[in-house]
Amino acid sequence: MNNPPDVTQDPKEYEEYAHGVQKHVRGYLMVGALLLTFTAVTVALSYVDFGTRKANIGIAMLVATLKAGAVAAVFMHLAAEKRLIYRILIFTGFFVLGLFWLILLAWYDYPIFR
Amino acid sequence: MDASTSVETHQDPHAHAAEHEHHELGFWRKYIFSTDHKVIGIQYGITGLLFLLLGFSLMMLMRWQLAYPGQALPVIGKWLPHIFGAGTMPDGKMTPDFYNSLGAMHGTIMIFLGVVPLAFAAFGNFVVPLQIGAPDMTFPKVNMASYWALFVGGSIMLTSFFVPGGAAKSGWTSYVPLAAFSDAGPGHNPVFNGQTLWLIGFIFLITSSLLGAVNFITTIIQLRAKGLTWMRLPFFVWSQFVTAFLLLLAFPPLEAAIIMQLMDRVAHTSFFLPAGLVVNGAPVSISGGGSPLLWQHLFWFLGHPEVYVLILPAFGIVAEILANNSRKPLWGYKSLVFSVLVIGFLSFIVWAHHMWMTGMGTAVSAFFQTTTLLISIPSVIILSAFFISLWGGSIRFTVPMLFATAFLPMFGIGGLTGIPLAFNSADLYLHDTYYVIAHFHYIVAPGTIFGLFAGVYYWFPKATGRKMNDFWGKVHFWPTLICMNVIFLPMFLQGMAGMHRRWYDGGQGWNVSNEHTIWGLTGFQWNAPISWAAWIMGLAQIPFIINFFWSIKHGEKVNDNPWEATTLEWTAPSPPPHGNFVHTPVAYRGPYEYSLPGRERDYTMQNEPVEPAERTRRKPPAELVPA
Amino acid sequence: MEIPYTISTRPDTGLWNAKIGIWLFLASEVMLFGALFSAYIFLRIDAAPGTWPHGLLNVPVGTGNTAILIVSSVTVVLAWAALKMRRYRVYWWYMLATISCGVIFLTVKLAYEWPQKFEHFGAYIKPDALGKYEKYLGNERRAEKGMEPRIEITGHLHSQNAKEYEVALDPVNADPDNPVMDRPHFLPLPVTDKIATIEKEDVERATMFLPTHSAYFASYFTITGLHGLHVLGGVLVFIYMWLPVSKRLYQRNPEHLANRVEVSGLFWHFVDLIWIFVFPLFYLL
Repeated sequence: MNNPPDVTQDPKEYEEYAHGVQKHVRGYLMVGALLLTFTAVTVALSYVDFGTRKANIGIAMLVATLKAGAVAAVFMHLAAEKRLIYRILIFTGFFVLGLFWLILLAWYDYPIFR
Repeated sequence: MDASTSVETHQDPHAHAAEHEHHELGFWRKYIFSTDHKVIGIQYGITGLLFLLLGFSLMMLMRWQLAYPGQALPVIGKWLPHIFGAGTMPDGKMTPDFYNSLGAMHGTIMIFLGVVPLAFAAFGNFVVPLQIGAPDMTFPKVNMASYWALFVGGSIMLTSFFVPGGAAKSGWTSYVPLAAFSDAGPGHNPVFNGQTLWLIGFIFLITSSLLGAVNFITTIIQLRAKGLTWMRLPFFVWSQFVTAFLLLLAFPPLEAAIIMQLMDRVAHTSFFLPAGLVVNGAPVSISGGGSPLLWQHLFWFLGHPEVYVLILPAFGIVAEILANNSRKPLWGYKSLVFSVLVIGFLSFIVWAHHMWMTGMGTAVSAFFQTTTLLISIPSVIILSAFFISLWGGSIRFTVPMLFATAFLPMFGIGGLTGIPLAFNSADLYLHDTYYVIAHFHYIVAPGTIFGLFAGVYYWFPKATGRKMNDFWGKVHFWPTLICMNVIFLPMFLQGMAGMHRRWYDGGQGWNVSNEHTIWGLTGFQWNAPISWAAWIMGLAQIPFIINFFWSIKHGEKVNDNPWEATTLEWTAPSPPPHGNFVHTPVAYRGPYEYSLPGRERDYTMQNEPVEPAERTRRKPPAELVPA
Repeated sequence: MEIPYTISTRPDTGLWNAKIGIWLFLASEVMLFGALFSAYIFLRIDAAPGTWPHGLLNVPVGTGNTAILIVSSVTVVLAWAALKMRRYRVYWWYMLATISCGVIFLTVKLAYEWPQKFEHFGAYIKPDALGKYEKYLGNERRAEKGMEPRIEITGHLHSQNAKEYEVALDPVNADPDNPVMDRPHFLPLPVTDKIATIEKEDVERATMFLPTHSAYFASYFTITGLHGLHVLGGVLVFIYMWLPVSKRLYQRNPEHLANRVEVSGLFWHFVDLIWIFVFPLFYLL
């Protein structure tokens, strides 16, 4: 979904512009409804036994990631943002994953504990 | 570009009018709660210098105990108990707890309240907007908030010296479980005790750095003057840009860790405490299940990038001064920029080399050894480029240049002695010895702090319109250089002899420090000359302090560009008015166009338009290329 | 003196200042919560059998709070869209809705969920005394089915003296062998009126459901507490933008206010996004 266009100074074009924003409003409402549905799905899925707890955690995190993705893409306009913002976020994502992964790696690599 | 497109045509007619409309601010808004980046920069600078002096004073006290353990400190020893409390220096003799407090607070104050505010915040605030031709930072109010957060954090840290039990005493790293149980129990307030205040103060310091980092990055991205492309940025701006990113992304994990340690201390959680923990022979009633190693991981996730936060601004300052005083362009500008970016990137994935002693497995060790050694490549590129920049220059040995040139070998020693520590096997022996102390102090003391002194002398004329005195600058420089080396070189020897860095008695009671002599003195006996050098170095700072304050009012008056430099900050008046530039600057060329052939002057400023004749001979003629 | 690009965009980046500022700030927030979540992971994978509790939180309330945050995310983006269309009245109402959602969220958390936990009591039984309380723990059947042992008895602390606790038991401990109790319930079951007497010398640790209770509650209170502070911060900023002060800014330059709302909205969505992960991790799994 594209972001609403910047406001125009020309009153003639304004009607068209306002109409464009109005279209996005419908999109926001739909995504909101989708998020609420997914919340219900998350809760429901947590009462389904997928065999192991790990499987349940994985599925719940998958749904949460989808929801977070929807928030980020639509509400936070990340679906169509400037390149600079993407660059900042890619770096951050890389480092936060590095933090997770390297500590985990270190964790499982301690010979005296495991 | 035709000749009519001069700087003058880009002048904004409203800029001047707006300046006059601006009503006079009162004293408080102008000097205390100012939103002007220059005032904030100076506030940061003075705060940072004061804290550096304080942190150094703490160390001078410790040096007495190390050189003459158990003896009463003459003169000062009598009145110190009146300041820090009776339990700290009874009869002028230092207690172990007070010694530990001094050690922990020396590290904390020097790094987080001394060097970071001075190197990153003060120079960054004062110089960066001027160098990129901006009227101010993008978020002036956030900038002010950032300074005052630092002020509050620093005040809390200082207050912690005066609460019952004294300041934090678990090392500047605050390793758990030691830190979780120090300053707790009877006689300690649950909140107003050293370690808890250390944590609370730290939250403010982190907030300050985060706000500053956001502001710096946005400013550099958004407010660069017209024509100032990324590859025309002065190297100092690049180094501040990378530093800001390091602070932005490395500090929050420490903030999380600090919050968790605070919870461990105040709400008695067990984030970092394992089950079955026994303290002072008694099992503690905690839920357990936490991990002390998690603290170390999160701490060093900041801790290592922090090293580069300390050194990168100094690189930037030294680069400016080297180019300016050797009167030739900085050698390998592009490789310098890419090196600093690579350093920034790699510094996030080397942190566990501080944790070799935790017994980590081979896979992780191999990973972190590799990345640690990789990071030495860009560091060496930078240092080499600096040395080559001097080659064939017509060097002016001004006071800033003295400090900048001294920086190079000092940083070199610090960097090269770090390589043995990068190897797991060598580090197992050297870990926590004086060798480590010597290694990182060579980087931050004669390294970073020389860079900072150089910066103070260099930009002082821009801030005040007056120069600091040359003679007293040299009186400051030479003893400082000599003392620095007398202090830190012997520590390599002590460390290799096996002396541990946290011994309260300076190693007097330990065999390793008394059995062998190194150059005629035992490890323990080396403490005394080191301490004397430290105290003499303390005296050597007096010329600087007097010179600094005296020159504000009485220094030699100079023009807007006393060093005949090329970057944009020197096009602004000294001191720059609110809004900085009389004419909005436009950059037409790179930052270091010194000794351009065919020019009258040996420097060409960034806002001087490129002349048509110049385009045909952008490459220096053969006789100017060093053989 | 005007700072350039506070409202208009800089041509080469296509962005105005605060937008970059907030994204940088959010990047640091990602690192902050990332570190906290990594702590959660390590506490959890390191937890000894039986020490990581399940089903202690009130799922319907948590679900409701999740929905409230999602709704507030929608209203704040609608408020921004209304400003873009220059409909201040509509903006004002959507902003009020957002603020109310934030306040409701915090009220539920602070006035209902947390205090309810503070009143709940749990006693960890020493390993060698577990057999003595088998009728409350049902570990024989659990061992047969290959489940983690129960080592804690929970409920409301009825009374205590120097030697014993008297606890009104939770259904889990009142009827431990009922397979229904093996899985958490959507609707929380009330505390029963069955009273158990637990000798203090059999108890390893006994606390209310405070942060000190377990690694689980430590991370729950820390993460939700920090998240709550973020919600509070967002609400305060929104109140400022909803007050007449901002109306004046709107009249001067509507785009400036729209930008401010967009930036604080981004922060608000991020807070929502964190909750989307907090909710399943603590309430459901």
